[in-house]
Parts: sequence; structure tokens; C-alpha cells
Amino acid sequence: MNRLEAELLGRKLKNPIIPASGTFGFGYEFSEYYDINILGSIALKGTTLMPRYGNPLPRIAECPAGMINAIGLQNPGAEQVISTELTKLKKVYNEPVIINIGGHSFNDYIETSKMFNDVDSIWAVELNISCPNVTGGGMAFGTDPKTIKKLTECVKKVLKKPLIVKLSPNVTCIQDMAIAAEEGGADCISLINTLVGMRIDLKTRKPIISVKSGGYSGPGVFPVAIRMIYETSRCVKIPVIGMGGITNAREVLEAMYAGASAVMIGTQNLVDPFACKKIIEDLPMVLDEFSIENISSVIRRNANA
Amino acid sequence: MKNVFLVVEQNIQLTHDFYKLVLRGDCAGNMAGMFVNIKLDGFSLRRPFGIADSDDHTITLLYKVVGGATKYMTSLMAGAIIDVLTCLGNGFDLNQGRKPLLIGGGTGIAPLYKLAKQLNEKKPDIILGFRSARDVCLTDEFSQFGKLHITTDDGSLGIKGTVVSYLISKKLDYDYYYACGPIVMLQALTKLTQNGEVSLEARFGCGFGACMGCSIKTVTGYKRVCKEGPVFSAGEVIFSE
Ligand SMILES: Cc1cc2nc3c(=O)[nH]c(=O)nc-3n(C[C@H](O)[C@H](O)[C@H](O)COP(=O)(O)OP(=O)(O)OC[C@H]3O[C@@H](n4cnc5c(N)ncnc54)[C@H](O)[C@@H]3O)c2cc1C
Ligand SMILES: Cc1cc2nc3c(=O)[nH]c(=O)nc-3n(C[C@H](O)[C@H](O)[C@H](O)COP(=O)(O)O)c2cc1C
Ligand code: FES
Repeated sequence: MNRLEAELLGRKLKNPIIPASGTFGFGYEFSEYYDINILGSIALKGTTLMPRYGNPLPRIAECPAGMINAIGLQNPGAEQVISTELTKLKKVYNEPVIINIGGHSFNDYIETSKMFNDVDSIWAVELNISCPNVTGGGMAFGTDPKTIKKLTECVKKVLKKPLIVKLSPNVTCIQDMAIAAEEGGADCISLINTLVGMRIDLKTRKPIISVKSGGYSGPGVFPVAIRMIYETSRCVKIPVIGMGGITNAREVLEAMYAGASAVMIGTQNLVDPFACKKIIEDLPMVLDEFSIENISSVIRRNANA
Repeated sequence: MKNVFLVVEQNIQLTHDFYKLVLRGDCAGNMAGMFVNIKLDGFSLRRPFGIADSDDHTITLLYKVVGGATKYMTSLMAGAIIDVLTCLGNGFDLNQGRKPLLIGGGTGIAPLYKLAKQLNEKKPDIILGFRSARDVCLTDEFSQFGKLHITTDDGSLGIKGTVVSYLISKKLDYDYYYACGPIVMLQALTKLTQNGEVSLEARFGCGFGACMGCSIKTVTGYKRVCKEGPVFSAGEVIFSE
């Protein structure tokens, strides 16, 4: 009996540990370091309809407890992800994975999502709604409940796979966003994406990041993530995937007590390429420490508990 | 890439702000031009450093104190154990050229040390550029491997000027160059001549290809400094203005 087995959206996972989008590439390169088949699942690098180079360098700024990134969704575009990246991944990973989709208009998200309908190696779509809505004035999709609901509805209408809506923490009331996604028909919520942050270079007196601000992630955001996982998992019925600053097995347990059905590990993969492997190996010990038989017993069953 | 724990064997000051750190442990497979990425207590991200020298059991780094982590490194005592990712990136192509030229500016001299040692038989010319006399170091060591030319920005030692201005003024006999240094130096150099390879730096998130934090434009598409680089052929890199 596998004590770590978890269930997400009707799918059995070996464990609830999933590398977060943007911190694990398209997965296959990590198979040079360890057998990635031990992972619960994988969330792939944010993919857009057309190829994108992303932002100029510098794209990275270190912070006392994490980092700021402004990659700008660099990716080869959906077509090439399907033809090249997924083919490479399939050779080293036996299960289907989660595709993460970014966009700058409703049409971007809809068209990109459709492209993955018939791709066997994808079992779920995660919508990154932290991107600016170019046609809607540049404000992020994920900061307005009406937009979230409408976008979720539109994608859900064309998508044949489970839909995960990934929420941005850069809002006043995260519950409103979670409820909007649920009302729009989302099957699951994941959170948190990065917090908008900035660092200034003391020598140049200017922002380090080329586009000035970027997304803050890593251990410093963990308490914010826990609070948001807690609040959202208690106001929607759909499952919540928790992430934000998780670095070890005890923090995985904390996120699950907060209400996460599974967790994603982001920045820690960049600091320690073996992070997910270590967490998976450490989890049984942590379960023992708190006399938990199976991790599935930790998962919340309903919104009111 | 390998994740190893290495023991500090030596940490010595070479100039007012330049240090040599010798690490011992499983160090096999580190070629000239590759780099290591080291985890230091109290710093969120790892710090990348070029391999200045290595054999199966040791790695030598040459580092300049520029900020928090490099300051902290000066306090590392013999016996300290550090978490290091080794064998990162792609090194220099040693099989190019009959008469190589090595060009290093500032901390860019670090990866050229091992390279010079390996190209010893081809008797390379080596131009090292420094800001000022007080920054100049390792001249005896480099002289063993080839003909050394020193430049300083203020002319306080060697020839006044930059490595590129020196290269323009002198007619050196070479058919292939290897260069590492500040981006302005590499940009000026590649404008002048593209018959060689350059080692680049970028602010890294991971240093092993996972985050796309270090992608640059090249004539053959986007490449990661940490994974496809840090060494690129000189004509390949598209420097942004
Ligand atoms: C491939 C590669 C090889 C390198 N080899 C050497 C070497 O052999 N000797 C040497 O002295 N230095 C080398 N550097 C630069 C060295 O990594 C930085 O000087 C160091 O990370 C600074 O850390 P800090 O905390 O002292 O400075 P801070 O400025 O406080 O660092 C803050 C952040 O900026 C990053 N950063 C700052 N300066 C640089 C830089 N020039 N390049 C990349 N990232 C930077 C740091 O990694 C850190 O994430 C190399 C960099 C790269 C990318
Ligand atoms: C370098 C980097 C790239 C990222 N790219 C994406 C992305 O393409 N799509 C997305 O939805 N989230 C992206 N994220 C956000 C992470 O998936 C995650 O939500 C966030 O970093 C918080 O988790 P962490 O603190 O464990 O990193 C990225 C994060 C980082 C650090
Ligand atoms: S630093 Fe992460 S890909 Fe190069």
C-alpha cells in the first residue's frame, strides 16, 4: 500500500508532489538528475499560442527569502510544445502531465487550450491568469472576478479535459477570485502564483529587472500562500492545489492541513534540482512523526470542515 | 551536472578584492569553461563561478568580492563543507586553432587559467586586462603557459588601455581566440573579429537550464547562458544595445 497516494480530479497520483510551472522546464531535462517517474505529476512551463522570447535580461533578482523573476513567458509556442517538447518528455515520463497556458487575450487562452484537447500526454490544463489582458486595458485577468468567471466559462466550453485555474495573489480578496473561477466552471484551483515585487540595484540606482518589476516567489511567500490556501479551500467545493514557498516535507503537510489536495513545488527546484525527490523521500518520515497513516487522510473532504 | 559536497582546502587573498578558493572532493569531469554553482548559508540563490582549475579531486575558483555572498565567501575556513553543483555548462573547444589567443578582463581571467594550462603546448598569447596595478595578479602563473600581455585602464601597470584597444594596436599572431570578461569588452571584441569564442555571464535563477532566466538571442535562436553556454562562438551571440 502506497501511503503517499493521492487523488486529484479523479486521477490517482503516486503522491501529491507536482513541480510548479516555470521551474521545471518541460520536465525531461530533470530526468538527467533523477527518475522523474517518482513525481505525482508535472506542470509544464507556461505555454502560449505563438512562440515568445520573453523579456530582456536581467530577468532574475535575488531576494532575502526567494527571488523575483520576469521571464515573460518564454516558450516555443503550443505547436512546438506538442511536436517537440512533449515528445521528448514522453520518452522519460510514463504518465500524462499538466499543461500551463498563458495568454494576453481571451482568444489566446481559448485557441491554445483547444490545441491540447487531443494530446494524450496532457491530462489537465492549468490557466495562468496572472498575465496582463492586452485587449482589456493591460490589467491582469486574474484580478477581476467578472473577467475570471467569463474566461473560465469560455475555456471550459471548448476544453475536453479538467480545467485548473491558477489564481494570482495580487488581489484584495482571494475568495472572490476562487468563487468566480468555480462559478465559471473550473474543476480545480491552484494558488498562489507570484507576488509582484521589485529590487533596486544600489550601484545603478535602478530596478535590477529589465522590465522593473517581476514575480516574487520562494520561502518568503509561504505564509501568504498558506493563508490563501486556507481561505479559498473553505469557500469553494472544487479541490485546491497549494503552492508558494514550499521547500520541505513538513511544509507540504502544512499546506495540506491548510486545505490543499496536492501541492506544487516551484522555486526550490531552482535552488536544489533534487528538491521534489527529497520531499517525496522525506514525506513518510513526516507522516510517522505525526502518526498519520496515509497522506490521503489529511486531504480535506468538504468546504465546511 | 553533479551535486557534490566539497571541503574548503584553501581560501587565500590575492589582491585587495580577489581571492582564490580551493575545494576538495569529487571534482571529476569539470572542463575548462564549465562552471560551478554554489549554495551559501543565508543566500537564497546559488552563486555561479567559472572553473579556474580542476583535477579529479580539486576545483580552484577565483572570485572577486562584489556583494554579500562573495563577501561571505572570504570567511570560509579550511574544513568548511559546501554544497556545489559541478560540471555545469559547456566548456571551451580546445581543438580550434593552431595559434590561440586568450583574452581576459577582470574576473574573466578565472576560466582562462585552466584553458591556458591546457593550451600550453600551442604557446598561446594571453592578454589580461585589469582596472589598475593593484588588481593585477597571477602573472607568474599565466606566464608559464604562454606569452603574457598586461593592460590596465589607468596605465599603472603594463600597457594603458583595454584588452581590445591593445589587440587593435598590436599585430598579434593568432588564428583563434578565447575570451571572457565584462559584456562591453566582449561586445567590442566580437565587433572587431569573430574568429573565436566568448564566455558570457548572466544573472541566473537556477544555473542548470530549468528557469529560462538567462536566455540570450543568438543567430541560431534563443539559448540559455547556463545550459547551451556559457561559452558561445563569437559570431553567434546577438548583443543587445
Ligand atoms: C557563468 C558565470 C561564471 C562566473 N564566474 C565568476 C568567476 O570565476 N569569478 C568571479 O569573481 N565571478 C564570477 N561570476 C560572477 C559571480 O557569480 C557574481 O559576482 C556573484 O554571484 C556575486 O554574488 P554577490 O552576492 O557577492 O553579489 P550581489 O551583487 O549581492 O549578488 C546579487 C545577485 O546578483 C547576481 N550577480 C551579481 N553579479 C553578477 C554577475 N557578474 N554575474 C552573474 N550574476 C551576478 C548574484 O548571483 C546574486 O543572485 C560568474 C558568473 C557567471 C554567470
Ligand atoms: C522562474 C519562474 C517561472 C515561472 N513561470 C510560470 C509560468 O510560466 N506559469 C505559471 O503559471 N507560473 C509560473 N511561475 C510561478 C510558479 O509556478 C509558482 O506559482 C510560484 O513561483 C510560487 O511557488 P514557489 O514559491 O514554490 O516558487 C514561475 C515561477 C518562477 C520562479
Ligand atoms: S539560469 Fe535558469 S535556465 Fe539559466
